[in-house]
Amino acid sequence: MVKKVDKILIELRNVKKHYQMGEVIVKAVDGVSIEVKEGDFVAIMGPSGSGKSTSMNLVGSLDTPTHGEIFLDGEDISTLTESDLAQVRGRKIGFIFQSFNLIPNLTAKENVMIPMMFQGTDLLEREEKAEKLLNLVELEDRMDHYPNELSGGQRQRVAIARSLANDPEVILADEPTGNLDTKTGEIVLKFLKDLNKKGRTVIMVTHDPNLAQEYADVVYWLKDGVVDKITKRSKTERRE
Amino acid sequence: MFEDYFRLAFRNLKHRGVRSWLTLLGIFIGITAVISLISLGNGLQVAIGSQFGLSETELISVQAGGLNFGPPGSSIADSLTMDDLEAIGRLSSVKQVTRRNLESGQLEFNDKVIFGFSINVQDGDERKFLYDQLGIETISGRLLKDGDMKKVVLGYNFYSNGVGLDKEVRVGNKVLIQGEKFEVVGLLDKQGSFIYDNIVMLNEKDMQDLFSYGDTVDIIAVLPRDKNNLEGTKEDIEKLLRERRDVDFGKEDFEVSTPESSLDQVNGILNGVKIFIAIVASISILIGAIGIINTMTTSVLERRKEIGIMKAIGARNENIFFQFFIESSLLGLMGGIAGALFGTALGFLGTLVINSFIGTDVRPAISFSLIFFSLLGSFLLGGLAGISPAMKAAREDPVEALRG
Repeated sequence: MVKKVDKILIELRNVKKHYQMGEVIVKAVDGVSIEVKEGDFVAIMGPSGSGKSTSMNLVGSLDTPTHGEIFLDGEDISTLTESDLAQVRGRKIGFIFQSFNLIPNLTAKENVMIPMMFQGTDLLEREEKAEKLLNLVELEDRMDHYPNELSGGQRQRVAIARSLANDPEVILADEPTGNLDTKTGEIVLKFLKDLNKKGRTVIMVTHDPNLAQEYADVVYWLKDGVVDKITKRSKTERRE
Repeated sequence: MFEDYFRLAFRNLKHRGVRSWLTLLGIFIGITAVISLISLGNGLQVAIGSQFGLSETELISVQAGGLNFGPPGSSIADSLTMDDLEAIGRLSSVKQVTRRNLESGQLEFNDKVIFGFSINVQDGDERKFLYDQLGIETISGRLLKDGDMKKVVLGYNFYSNGVGLDKEVRVGNKVLIQGEKFEVVGLLDKQGSFIYDNIVMLNEKDMQDLFSYGDTVDIIAVLPRDKNNLEGTKEDIEKLLRERRDVDFGKEDFEVSTPESSLDQVNGILNGVKIFIAIVASISILIGAIGIINTMTTSVLERRKEIGIMKAIGARNENIFFQFFIESSLLGLMGGIAGALFGTALGFLGTLVINSFIGTDVRPAISFSLIFFSLLGSFLLGGLAGISPAMKAAREDPVEALRG
């Protein structure tokens, strides 16, 4: 994959998310600007209550801002209807969640096939792709297992395979190792890193500064709903 | 895309607990009631009809009293007499009349006493007329003939020991009727009517000796000159009897019934049963629909997180709606399938029971279009019940839903 390093995939421009809770206005995110370039490994770092989760929902276009603009691949998503947003989200962003969020009634393979169903991919192609992706995460012998028959690490790898189903431009991982022990967590992160090395843009939300600094090129440090600082480093410095 | 919804819905239904299936009881009972009733309908019609002696297809029967469902002749209004019979016989539209008396009495055999009905058989032409009209044949022995004295022909149940005697009756046996000794000369083949299968047939003279009914007639059987003019003949008879008995139109103390009006009566009973079942079925189905709404609403709440995941990975609102909608439709369909299977089985079983009881050879009316529409109906009902829960599911906010 040829990288166009300066292409901006996701851009948040002075984005605010305010909730009305009774009399009080809660400013979960209060003027955040984030730029994610193609091929980047970006971390959004912050303790709980820093607006990290809300930012991740906004970056992932699961949520719309009360102020500001969000561009996904050059398109202002605040103008899209909820259903169009879902369509765009399904195509351009692959989600990985802390608690894996697999559908319990479906096998590993079927879970990977689901996002393609919403994009109208035909069944045969879905099956082939799902098998290929599960091979990639080294779960070829667990394809027909249900999530409750898989270990935490295996489930998260299924989730990684699922996130790749529609060849999204961005992988958005929300505390992907939060429910895993250190060792399996490292395996999962290794997959993410490998994906990034192959040119996939990865955004990781985490509360762990070591993890953020170890893997990411750009770290947005959030505090009280605003970006406290941004640390960058060149790709050559990154731990291989 | 739609086959995907079905596939997903099947997967979800497969993993459902007993609770969800229990909510289908309503639809199950409703469809079972409808299908079993309709497939039993033929059997019921024949069964009820046979008890009215409907085999006499061209005869008009006249009896005293209003409509009643008791055995013929058991009414309490002024009896008909031989004068009435002769007067009817003189009507131009009437070809032949015959007298029928049914008397209840006792029969003793093998030291056991039972009670039942005996019918008189006239001599000559009228004998032939009766035999032809009833279409009776013996399974053993012969029918009564002119000049038989102290001879009796008994119904099939005496032969098969279905009347409560301890021993089967055979040709040549002696039985006591009202204490008088009679020789059994014949036993009738199965008629499929409890009246005729339990009947005791005696010649007119013996009947009169035993029961002394004198001039009274229980039933006047009338053969119209033109069998296509049953209604006209019926009206003639009614007019005549109103004059003779001095009653006004609409206040008749007698009943002139054509096979059609008997059939109407049967159908009236059957329709009553049908309406009752239809009400039961409607209530069950309504309860079934509420059950589905309930179970689907619960399901939406339980699967909020799943809805959130689906939305995160690209499901549009309509994708979520259709997934729950189809699942609900299938839930309804499952109830329908179970009901259709069970209802059909009940229809077969019921018909079998009717056949073995009255010796008919009725086939259950399995209507494929009925089954098809029942299934379609339960599918649509399931869908209808699922609309509101599915809309609720579709409208879930992805961020909220993901929190579970």
